[in-house]
Amino acid sequence: MADSVSSEEVAVISNTDITSTESENNIINTMVERGTALLRKLEINVAEAEKRTGKNTVNMQETYTVYLIEIRPAETEGGTPAAPDTLWRRYSEFELLRTYLLVTYPYIIIPPLPEKRAEFVWHKLSADNLDPDFVERRRVGLENFLLRVASHPVLSNDKIFFLFLTEEKGWRDAVLETGFQDKADSRLKSLSAMFRVKNPDKRFTALKQYSDELNSVISQLLRIRARVADRLYGVYKVHGNYGRVFSEWSAIEKEMGDGLQSAGHHMDTYAASIDDILEEEEHFADQLKEYLFYTDAVRSVCRKHELIQYELEMAAQDLAQKKQQKEELATGTMRIFSLKGMTSKLFGQESPEQKESRLAALEQSIQEGEETVKEKNTECQEFVRAAWDDIEHFKEQKDKDLREALISYAIMQISMCKKGIQVWSNAKECFSKM
Amino acid sequence: MSGHTVPADFSEHMLDLDEDEDLEVFTKNTSLPDGSPLPNSPSSMVNQYRLEDDDEGKEDANTKDIFVTVDHPESQVTAIETFILYRVVTRTTRSDFDSSEYEVRRRYQDFVWLRSKLEEKHPTLIVHPLPEKFVMKGMVERFNDDFIETRRRALHRFLNKISEHPILSYSQHFQVFLTAQDLAPHRKQGPGFLSRMGETVRAVANSVRGLRSRPEEFAVMQEYVDDFSNKMCCMDKVSQRIVKEQREYVDDLKQYSPTYARWGELEEELTEPLKGVASCVVQCSKEAEEHIQHLSEVLVPALHEYVLCAETLKAVMRRRDNIQAEFEAKNEALLTRKAEQEALQEEVDVLADRMEQANNSLKGDWVRWQHSMKTDLRSAFISAAEKNVEYYEKCLAVWESFLVSQRAEASGGQEDVA
Repeated sequence: MADSVSSEEVAVISNTDITSTESENNIINTMVERGTALLRKLEINVAEAEKRTGKNTVNMQETYTVYLIEIRPAETEGGTPAAPDTLWRRYSEFELLRTYLLVTYPYIIIPPLPEKRAEFVWHKLSADNLDPDFVERRRVGLENFLLRVASHPVLSNDKIFFLFLTEEKGWRDAVLETGFQDKADSRLKSLSAMFRVKNPDKRFTALKQYSDELNSVISQLLRIRARVADRLYGVYKVHGNYGRVFSEWSAIEKEMGDGLQSAGHHMDTYAASIDDILEEEEHFADQLKEYLFYTDAVRSVCRKHELIQYELEMAAQDLAQKKQQKEELATGTMRIFSLKGMTSKLFGQESPEQKESRLAALEQSIQEGEETVKEKNTECQEFVRAAWDDIEHFKEQKDKDLREALISYAIMQISMCKKGIQVWSNAKECFSKM
Repeated sequence: MSGHTVPADFSEHMLDLDEDEDLEVFTKNTSLPDGSPLPNSPSSMVNQYRLEDDDEGKEDANTKDIFVTVDHPESQVTAIETFILYRVVTRTTRSDFDSSEYEVRRRYQDFVWLRSKLEEKHPTLIVHPLPEKFVMKGMVERFNDDFIETRRRALHRFLNKISEHPILSYSQHFQVFLTAQDLAPHRKQGPGFLSRMGETVRAVANSVRGLRSRPEEFAVMQEYVDDFSNKMCCMDKVSQRIVKEQREYVDDLKQYSPTYARWGELEEELTEPLKGVASCVVQCSKEAEEHIQHLSEVLVPALHEYVLCAETLKAVMRRRDNIQAEFEAKNEALLTRKAEQEALQEEVDVLADRMEQANNSLKGDWVRWQHSMKTDLRSAFISAAEKNVEYYEKCLAVWESFLVSQRAEASGGQEDVA
């Protein structure tokens, strides 16, 4: 188990006394708590994105994007902001960092990265990874990821994370040196555990189910949103045709000409306004996507728990079997099938010395087994405790973030309505002057 | 006066010859709405409708003495066919009507008859178009409720346009249409199918011969008509496309609310805002549907009507051209042929007179029509713009009340949103 679980961190997790100014900052600054030691020291930004070309691992030319991470010491009162330390990272390095975190802190819901490829796109939005709008949204998503990690009571103390922010060249080696890849559970192992756990923890089962349903509902919402965006785009853009026809028509009219012409301009304005509207809505979609990807992280934690539980059950079962064997050996009865017992029956009983040594071996094995069970039990309990702390923390964060996302969605709708009222009131005036 | 052979029924023909009679009927009003002296000749009609005031429409309402409505479509089934009968109710104070109120039943074909009679008698007046016989796209059935309602509205507008027309509203055919319980005997009278055929043949012949030259003002008019027709077709298409896109938008929008509701059921703390959003979306969808309804009932039909008007205008221009062509042809015959000078001269005089009257009618009606077009389309556009504003205002209110409910929920301060 990673060494950053301590009672100190637990205190930090349950610290929810944020002041009202901090509360306001939260709303302004994408819902991130500033409660961690790391964020008290540093300000983190992903400031820019740049295209690079280089040779990849198979020695082929490729174009990729790198992102500039800026670290500066947290602002002191009245001091001038210092120049930032910067380094460049590409998306794959973020992925490596996240995989490391996943393996190292399996009881933590690791914040997700922004999507690798554009999904749930509506037609006008490019699905091209090099498209500037996509890159920009990804930049924001990466910054969000770093801030989420930096504000997490456990994750923010991780050394490798710190190196990621500060050590451009040496980081990759440092990560690989941790040997985290060996600690990763094989997919097969965890899948088989999923089906064989006898006493699943009800809370985790419920959580997994919730996570799956949330995933499904958000996916559906995003699909609908993409379709609705497409339609709305169509509605607004067709009004642009009014602009053109009004303009042409105004040329042949005497009295109506001016009114038509100016009304036409408003139609053009209306048609153009959809671009900004949908761009803002994209931000809302990104907020939903973050929680869509979070559900994968939640599922990960549940699966890890299943695995640990399964291993515990296996160890207990193994121990029980051995005890059974010992009992049988001691009493001479064979209640459960064992090869040794069978061969003894077939080829004759063993000598008392042999029996003695076998008993001793079993005794040893049982002791080891009891140790293992005790360890696994502790591991499981520790896991459950730590995981559940983080889950509570996550739930609070999710409720707060999503509520604010819904509010900002409403604000967006209001803004869109106001624009519509403006344009059509203007158009009406032009028509009245016709 | 439409240049066909003098029909057997003289009385009607005499009415045709005497345009002044129509005018005299009109001159029962002692003065015009704008206070200028009343006209008593066709040419002075040209000045009559040079209206500058926007109050014209309101004053019309005050001086209107005939009110027509079309309603209560009812399906009629006979052995041979099924058709719709519309109720036409007339209320009038005009003395040339025997009664002040009439109620009759008319079918689409009766309207077609009326219109063709009006056009025959007044070939260069702009007679408002009827709704189309069929609607090709969308596989609309003839007896589909929306279709019937759209048609009813258009027929209502048609009769109102006729009743507001200073000349057409005093047409005998119009009166018969509004008052006769049984239209059938009237439909059999007068120049009918064959004479219309004749006119078409002559029109084709004339167009082949070609027009020597169009007077400047009619050349300008023709150009305008062609452009206007183009623009109206575009407007019609754009509007219909907008309705279609909006329908598709609303269909997809509606899918939000069950999804948000489903999500709400998953959550605990978030249930209330999620259900709030679901309900907002439902309300906005309703507003959007109302908006679409209004567009389909007001703007789209208005624009479509003027597409048909443009076709009417083209036909009027053609008929005017034909009248001119006939005169020119006869005139040429007069100049080239040495025999029958006297007879030809008489014919030429008749045709010249006819041409002058046709041109003057058109000139006068043209101004009236332009004004009417401007009023109609302006009002349709204003209505559409108003409805858009109303739609956005209602949606705004929906989302604002959601915000208010969320702020009430929240403990501690949240920032004020402009």
